[in-house]
Amino acid sequence: MSDIKDVIIIGSGPAGYTAAVYAARAQLDPVVFEGSVTAGGALMNTTEVENYPGFAEGIMGPQLMEDMRKQAERFGAQLITDDITAVDLSGDIKTVTDGSGNTHQARSVILAMGSGYRELGLENEKRLSGHGVSWCATCDGFFFRQQEIAVVGGGDTAAEEATFLTRFASKVYLIHRRDELRASKVMAERVLSNEKIEPVWNSQVVDVLGEDKVSGIVIEDTETGERRELPVTGLFIAIGHDPRSELLTGQIDTDDEGYVLVDAPSTRTNQTGVFACGDLVDHVYRQAITAAGTGCSAALDAERFLADQDG
Amino acid sequence: MGAPKIVSDASFADDVLMSEKPVIVDFWAEWCGPCKMIAPILEEIAKENDGIVIAKLNVDENPQTAASYGITSIPTMNVYSGGQVVKTIIGAKPKAALLADLAEYL
Repeated sequence: MSDIKDVIIIGSGPAGYTAAVYAARAQLDPVVFEGSVTAGGALMNTTEVENYPGFAEGIMGPQLMEDMRKQAERFGAQLITDDITAVDLSGDIKTVTDGSGNTHQARSVILAMGSGYRELGLENEKRLSGHGVSWCATCDGFFFRQQEIAVVGGGDTAAEEATFLTRFASKVYLIHRRDELRASKVMAERVLSNEKIEPVWNSQVVDVLGEDKVSGIVIEDTETGERRELPVTGLFIAIGHDPRSELLTGQIDTDDEGYVLVDAPSTRTNQTGVFACGDLVDHVYRQAITAAGTGCSAALDAERFLADQDG
Repeated sequence: MGAPKIVSDASFADDVLMSEKPVIVDFWAEWCGPCKMIAPILEEIAKENDGIVIAKLNVDENPQTAASYGITSIPTMNVYSGGQVVKTIIGAKPKAALLADLAEYL
């Protein structure tokens, strides 16, 4: 237990770090709980980020996050590599509890916990996780040299992972429930023109096979219900994300999918003094630059809120 | 203890399999984001614990060892005792969870 801060930021990634840069420059002395293993957020699992403005030649996701972190640190943000396990966001003074059981208090809180990857929900998916089932192509693609593997999903992440994995794999099946990709045009074209990638349309993964490691998957045609096996040694899952809002249940209003509701275009939540930004809020754009943008808005909203209180 | 020990395909038998103390080997690579997240946690554990050796093996530079232990996902942390794998932890985890997993070897 210690003094009462002006602002606590929960979460890192482009939203949390940008909020930290702005709050620190405004001399709000922010404390950032980065998450013990989620520090850096979703971009830590990516490779090249080609569309973040200002980097003409692109930049590696983890590098971009390291630079944002340094920038926040340079202006005096206090960065703590720990999780928040409980929050009390009602009242004038907000209390959060960290992974070691210590509590911290502040007059305002910025929520930037982002989202976590979605699972298929299959029993064998969990059992074989780390033994051929993966959520991180950049981490694990290396181990599938000259092997046949599958990616499941149809968005940008799935398209990017499938393309990346062709560096290693001899063949990549891209399994998608629909008959066209949801991915951006440039990513989709890259996939469809890649000789090593075979799209498998209107199909979903219904089982993962293998004793100690993946030896195949069972896919089902979503139109005919017909099932067949694909003899792959790796399955990369990229079917989307869910917001990390479990901590907020009962305190902060969310939509049915768990995304935090804000009083747009501001970042105000239903609790006075609590602001939310990044992928925790946004299920429409979900880009590094939009997360950074709303992180900036949240810091400015918090700054004005504190100024009004003091005035 | 000091910093984690860097081990390789060449030194693996001497540094890990023949070690008197149990050894946690962190299989990692430069291009792995979660590996970077877990690195400072392992450094802290290395500093705080005398009973175990913390070692890092770069899978890019040392593919033989990674392949012979069937590593297909990183970070993977194998605990070796008496030359055998006695525990496998796959994926980055918070420090408290990692300490709980490793409790019997610390």
